[in-house]
Amino acid sequence: MSFNYILGQLINGIKLGSIYAIIAIGYSMVYGILRLINFAHGDLLTVGVYTMLVLMGFSGLPIWLVILAGCIVSIMVGMTMERLVYRPLRGSGEETTLISSLAVSVFLQNLISMIFTPQKKAFHLPDFLTVNHSLGPVSLSTINILTMISIVVILIALTLLLKKTKIGMAMRACSDNLAASQLMGIKINNVVVVAFVIGSGLAALTGVMLAGEYKTIEPLMGFVPGLKAFCAAVLGGIGSLNGAVLGGFIIGIAEVLFAGLMPSDITPYRDAFIFFLLIVVLLVKPNGILGSSEGGRS
Amino acid sequence: MKYRENAAVRFVCFVLLPLLILIYSAINRGHYYSDLICLFGIHLILATSLNLVNGFSGMFSMGHAAFMAVGAYTSALLTISETQKARISGLPEWFQKFTLPFPLALLCAGLVAALLALLIGFPVLRLKSHYLSVATLGLIVIVRAFLDNEDQFTNGARGITGLPSYSTIFSVFLTGLILLYIMYRLIRCSSYGRGLIAMRDDDVAAQTLGVRIVTKKISIFCLSAFAAGIGGALWGHLQTVISGQFFYFTDSFEIVEMSIIGGMYSLSGGIVGALVMTFLPEILAPLETGIMIGGFQLPELYGASNLIMAVFLILLIIFRRQGILGDSEIIVESIFSKSTYTGIFKAETYRKLVDITKAKLTGKKKEKTAK
Repeated sequence: MSFNYILGQLINGIKLGSIYAIIAIGYSMVYGILRLINFAHGDLLTVGVYTMLVLMGFSGLPIWLVILAGCIVSIMVGMTMERLVYRPLRGSGEETTLISSLAVSVFLQNLISMIFTPQKKAFHLPDFLTVNHSLGPVSLSTINILTMISIVVILIALTLLLKKTKIGMAMRACSDNLAASQLMGIKINNVVVVAFVIGSGLAALTGVMLAGEYKTIEPLMGFVPGLKAFCAAVLGGIGSLNGAVLGGFIIGIAEVLFAGLMPSDITPYRDAFIFFLLIVVLLVKPNGILGSSEGGRS
Repeated sequence: MKYRENAAVRFVCFVLLPLLILIYSAINRGHYYSDLICLFGIHLILATSLNLVNGFSGMFSMGHAAFMAVGAYTSALLTISETQKARISGLPEWFQKFTLPFPLALLCAGLVAALLALLIGFPVLRLKSHYLSVATLGLIVIVRAFLDNEDQFTNGARGITGLPSYSTIFSVFLTGLILLYIMYRLIRCSSYGRGLIAMRDDDVAAQTLGVRIVTKKISIFCLSAFAAGIGGALWGHLQTVISGQFFYFTDSFEIVEMSIIGGMYSLSGGIVGALVMTFLPEILAPLETGIMIGGFQLPELYGASNLIMAVFLILLIIFRRQGILGDSEIIVESIFSKSTYTGIFKAETYRKLVDITKAKLTGKKKEKTAK
């Protein structure tokens, strides 16, 4: 096990971690405001990717336009589900909204498999995105580099949004205390819609990264990354932006290192390991690493 | 409305017809419909046992598939023949020739599942509401990883084949009835059950009144897992093939859906939910293979029945959050007696009764609302 091997694994971990981190941001934003674990969040990723697949059938469209359109469709689906399902249920208990998000997730998965059949489909990004660059001991494709750059850009942009703008201030107020901010005249619906828009757009964006990584897509591809991103959000401290990113990196790196460095009998347990980690974190430090201390989790 | 009061009509509707269907399907053993009825019986056990945790104790577990899997594998390993066992490498020598009769194997399945619940219950039940749900989802992933990778005990992802098909309508419904009776006595007719419901409604107040919260939470979780293990074992003996992929998220969600649709807060809710979730997809199944409607040939719509079920669930959650039965129970006596009207026991009726009594005491005249 050479130094280069470990370095390569570490880079892989960061690659995967940034994907989890971007999904976790969306999870964390919605959860912070509504206390809703949106299981359908991972499926928004699938919706975005399938839209891109359809649009890539029309040759001649530039790839950035395809990705943008995928994000827009995903955002629209996200807004629709907020309006039709989550808004009527707001304030009705955490389990109820949890189940409704589960039902939405099942709905989206089956809708996609009804339209596109449940078989795996090939997903080819243009060559300039998948070409490998060798940087010293490791080789990375363009899309990997873009992924890592985008997480930095997204983190800076969202931090600025939350700290400097009016809507960002409203979002922070809402995640602090929803009822009180309503009394202060903040339009909660707008805040929630903005959270869903950001979350869905980012989910579709990670869809490109995941599909570019695995080269195939299927209707259920979003669910497990979604769950892991939730683990990441909880680990880092749900409701906190930096926490989501930190958690994403920890989960991604832990998963890759677990698969790469452990003896081969226990590597199939990597998913189990992530969830075990989640349970331990929930028990030992229920508010996560960077989470604010707020009671009621354990 | 008159017909509902007629004892003969009730007898035919609630007792004779179901019995005839059961007998008819029991004669056609191996027939598709009798298997479907067995499946209903198994779903009934699973949904009702989930209601014990989700409805009556105020926790929200989604990990029923994990307990099902443990039960199914235990019972499978205890009942399969020697030739089947020879394929699984890691079993100890004495175990190769060791088989148990079906009822004992079922009991063991339940006990092992309950043991797992006890082990994970101590840490996990400290979590509240949806954090508990996510932790139990994690349990499913962990159990699945174990089943797929511990080849020497579970035959890995290939699963175990050739389970004896012990699950007949008779055995499934007998087990179901026994379990239901135990649950019914425990929840509705004992101080244990009342304490449980008190804990669900307000845990601090219940604790103040002397309800042991930790003991209650863990014991009900174990009991629920016990029934789930038995349900899983019956499921295994119905399908005769089990592997890790049958006990994953989708299956767990299906049971949660049953419990929500029927009504979490009532034992009969589990029965109604199982009824809906077993037979409605069967009715919708033709959609998936493409049918003719009014001269139109519909294309094959893969996943259509799940899609419709999901929409149904969403609508139900929005418009009738407590499920079909809410917190009412179907009681058997009302099927035969003339005096009770609807056959459904409602907490609401008692509340109205209290209101009327209060009105009488204060001397006010109040409209009679209760029937």
